[in-house]
Amino acid sequence: MHIVVCVKQVPDTRIIKVNPKTNTLDRRGIPAILNPFDSHAVEAGVRLKEKVGGTVSVLSMGPPNAVKMIRKCVEIGADEGYLISDRFFAGADTLATSYALYKAFEKMLEEKPVDIIICGKQTIDGDTGQVGPGIARRLDIPPITNVIEIKEVDEKAKKVVVKRKLEDGYEMIESSLPCLLTVEKDINPVSYSPLPNMIKAARYEPTIWKVDDLNDVDKKQLGLKGSPTIVAKMFAPPKLEGGKKIEGNAEQQSKQIVSLLLEKPELFEKKRGRA
Amino acid sequence: MMENNRGVWVYMEQKEGRIVNVSLELLGAGRKLADKLNVPLSGVLLGDKVKHLCPTIFEYGADEVYVMDDPILKNYRTESFMKGVNHFAEKYHPEIFLFGATPNGKDLASAVATDLCTGLTADTTMLDVEVETRLLEASRPAFGGNIMATILCKKHRPQMATVRPKVMKALQPEMGSKGKIIEEPLDVEEENLRTKVLEIVKDTKKKLKLDEADIIVAGGKGLVDEKGFALIHELAEVLGGSVGASRDVVEAGWIGHDHQIGQTGITVTPKIYFAIGISGAVQHVVGMKNSELIIAINKDANAPIFDASTYSVVGDALEILPILIEEFKIALKQEEEEGEVKHA
Ligand SMILES: Cc1cc2nc3c(=O)[nH]c(=O)nc-3n(C[C@H](O)[C@H](O)[C@@H](O)COP(=O)(O)OP(=O)(O)OC[C@H]3O[C@@H](n4cnc5c(N)ncnc54)[C@H](O)[C@@H]3O)c2cc1C
Ligand SMILES: Cc1cc2nc3c(=O)[nH]c(=O)nc-3n(C[C@H](O)[C@H](O)[C@H](O)COP(=O)(O)OP(=O)(O)OC[C@H]3O[C@@H](n4cnc5c(N)ncnc54)[C@H](O)[C@@H]3O)c2cc1C
Repeated sequence: MHIVVCVKQVPDTRIIKVNPKTNTLDRRGIPAILNPFDSHAVEAGVRLKEKVGGTVSVLSMGPPNAVKMIRKCVEIGADEGYLISDRFFAGADTLATSYALYKAFEKMLEEKPVDIIICGKQTIDGDTGQVGPGIARRLDIPPITNVIEIKEVDEKAKKVVVKRKLEDGYEMIESSLPCLLTVEKDINPVSYSPLPNMIKAARYEPTIWKVDDLNDVDKKQLGLKGSPTIVAKMFAPPKLEGGKKIEGNAEQQSKQIVSLLLEKPELFEKKRGRA
Repeated sequence: MMENNRGVWVYMEQKEGRIVNVSLELLGAGRKLADKLNVPLSGVLLGDKVKHLCPTIFEYGADEVYVMDDPILKNYRTESFMKGVNHFAEKYHPEIFLFGATPNGKDLASAVATDLCTGLTADTTMLDVEVETRLLEASRPAFGGNIMATILCKKHRPQMATVRPKVMKALQPEMGSKGKIIEEPLDVEEENLRTKVLEIVKDTKKKLKLDEADIIVAGGKGLVDEKGFALIHELAEVLGGSVGASRDVVEAGWIGHDHQIGQTGITVTPKIYFAIGISGAVQHVVGMKNSELIIAINKDANAPIFDASTYSVVGDALEILPILIEEFKIALKQEEEEGEVKHA
């Protein structure tokens, strides 16, 4: 079984600071990391391989230094890594990103078939969750988003059963293979990398393709040029005003809160109804 | 080409024969855009036996509804819903197309935008339109909510966006409003579909769903430890409300992730929200700032949570909470007794 996981290198936006005066990002010293959601996707691929056998490849579009992130995926247990990297890809929105990755998949498919594609739920920088479904549409395979468990894989019948998270529960979906899953963090914790993986990863060199290594690429659909959306401006979120201060000691404050809320008797209807 | 695209469309997500709230909210937001552009507002409704929902869609502001009613559309599946939506969009070419940013709404919008080869702005929280250029200005929080980004789609149509639930306001329904219904058949055979929904399981474990609660008592790291956080449970119990938490509390393991309010948790708009020992980081505030009444308790008078609150209580939560709980117990008991006297 050939499992391909799509991974993106992102700036660690959890520690990024915004300059409140200029509304620009201060990226100084911000490390580039494997998108945290994608580490769960790689882990899901590796666990699936342990169950059914086969290989796990990772695929990324990004700058040349994304090789480091691919090595991180090898540490988690990926067997192969592919990076498409070219200035033509730069500045892509989700539509142009899914197009470029689709072209990379076509190239991969010349070597061997792909049975299942796994993407993260979303990234922590662009944060759209749109790339996975976009790739699936272009490859014309079923997308299943928000997956929290891969329940069954039947290689012979070419079928999977997965659990998909809903707002108020979950659903079980059966899909034919190949298909594309986007997975939630809940799918599995990321385990510690075993030593042999770390050793392999340290020296690992992924396959790197430039745009001309891919077949029949319409360059107009790539990068900034091929992106229908543009970020027109950045601004500070609307400021909140704040309200009335409740003064006094703890007891006085408590009494005031209670009388304030009791003025809104409708709020306690449910409580009274039950009492 | 682009000149042919007219009209504001809203995808009407429905579940078990009920339209989900975010779709009604989007009709409210879409109405404003349509009026500015002087074009009709249309709902797009797909499902099995859903035609009876058309009047509701008119009452909430739509001029037209595009409907596809077919047993294949009983449960949401990307493949079948996408086919239906694409059929309408390709035939009637809207200029703006909005979807709720729910799991299914995001899934569907991503597939549709790829097929229509157009731009899709994700998780929008502010919408406007520039009349001269007819450009949709869709703004969304970026980088943890510290900054907003306005996204435009200049050269492709429709201009698509998914919009977060609970940020737009639905209109007051106008009973008896009527409009035009455009019904067309779905051109899909079950045997050509590659996915099947085997079962749908509802989570009944959560007694009161947080995003539907009228009262939420939320606690943060200021409660010091699990013992302090128990006071949050106690106050919620007394008020008949639900318990919310900041991310730091969830990460400390005092309560499950289901209770996390904020950007990476859930968005809530209860009638009353208590923020107790919560500093008020933007990521938390985005998830609760639209609550009707917010009472913040924090011992730091400069805590940012006070910018978002209706009532600010500067003080030690561990000291205030036990008193507050007792006071509420007494007050509510009195109310109850008086109520009983009245009813007797
Ligand atoms: C502030 C800001 C706002 C933006 N808003 C939008 C917007 O509203 N609409 C829009 O179309 N674009 C938007 N973009 C651009 C877009 O985010 C990215 O540039 C695009 O390349 C990837 O989208 P994403 O990061 O949202 O990925 P997501 O769709 O969130 O990623 C989901 C999964 O797809 C896979 N994936 C994503 N990117 C790659 C990659 N490069 N290589 C391999 N796998 C990948 C991963 O598995 C990932 O977990 C925005 C960018 C910024 C900085
Ligand atoms: C990408 C990203 C996503 C995030 N998503 C979320 C999210 O969804 N939800 C969320 O909540 N956070 C989120 N965060 C984290 C957020 O930035 C804050 O770190 C978090 O909300 C802080 O939690 P807190 O207010 O409980 O703790 P702290 O910031 O430590 O605040 C504790 C507060 O309690 C007060 N205090 C201390 N003792 C007392 C006392 N005895 N009585 C009264 N007050 C007292 C202090 O003055 C302080 O204001 C996210 C962060 C990032 C980077």
